Amino acid sequence: MKIIFESCSENEAFARTVVAAYITRLNPTLEELSDVKTAVSEAVTNCIIHGYENKEGEIVMECNIHNNNISIIIEDYGTGINDIQKAMEPLYTTRPEWERSGMGFAFMEAFMDKLEVESVPGKGTKVFLEKTIGISERQE
Amino acid sequence: MVKEKVAGFHYELYKNCLVIYVTQDLDHHAVLSLRERSDKLIEAGDVKHVIFDFKDVGFMDSSGIGLLMGRYKKVMFLGGRAAVTSVGSAVDRIFKISGLYKIIEKYDTPGDAIKALEVKYEDYI
Repeated sequence: MKIIFESCSENEAFARTVVAAYITRLNPTLEELSDVKTAVSEAVTNCIIHGYENKEGEIVMECNIHNNNISIIIEDYGTGINDIQKAMEPLYTTRPEWERSGMGFAFMEAFMDKLEVESVPGKGTKVFLEKTIGISERQE
Repeated sequence: MVKEKVAGFHYELYKNCLVIYVTQDLDHHAVLSLRERSDKLIEAGDVKHVIFDFKDVGFMDSSGIGLLMGRYKKVMFLGGRAAVTSVGSAVDRIFKISGLYKIIEKYDTPGDAIKALEVKYEDYI
């Protein structure tokens, strides 16, 4: 599944809802669903705020299901990240004036099994997320 | 008691406690308008404590954490506190992971929060 949408804040809810619907067939628990939605919301918000600095742009989201594994790629063609290591530090933000908590990447890391970030300054940023659904013991 | 209702949130003012009932998913988009509205209310009246109620919030991301920390700093300067109430399990996980409970107190209902805050932080009796 691949969609392209405009970088506006209304699309944050759109993007996470689309992914939630897409992974329904894996029969995720409410907690797993919430994890994936949060990670997608963080990544898309990053594209809008940091990638495009609240200006117009295109966000590309690609999802694939392989067995019980969901992989999600979220990409923008905006400003890019100079220091990925620094950007991923919890509580670090380049936008304290917008009250960004600096927890975006930390949440993606906490809620998904895998997080990878590729970025070229001036060209854009690509975030890879992965999670296996239905592995955790289900409580009756 | 002052009441106000707008899409996504409604507010009530009990004495010096501002209760903000959030009634939509709390992401960056929702935070943009909620931040402005709540700051106007805090600055306009003699608000001391601010309480965010999450009864109707099914989803929150790190933007919500930024909003709460920002309002917390604001009322701290006024000698007040911030609290959260009616927190569901999804939002509770976000609060726990972010460490928010170290600075913001959690209560079952807005009524409980108002009572507790008035007793704990009332300094002009």
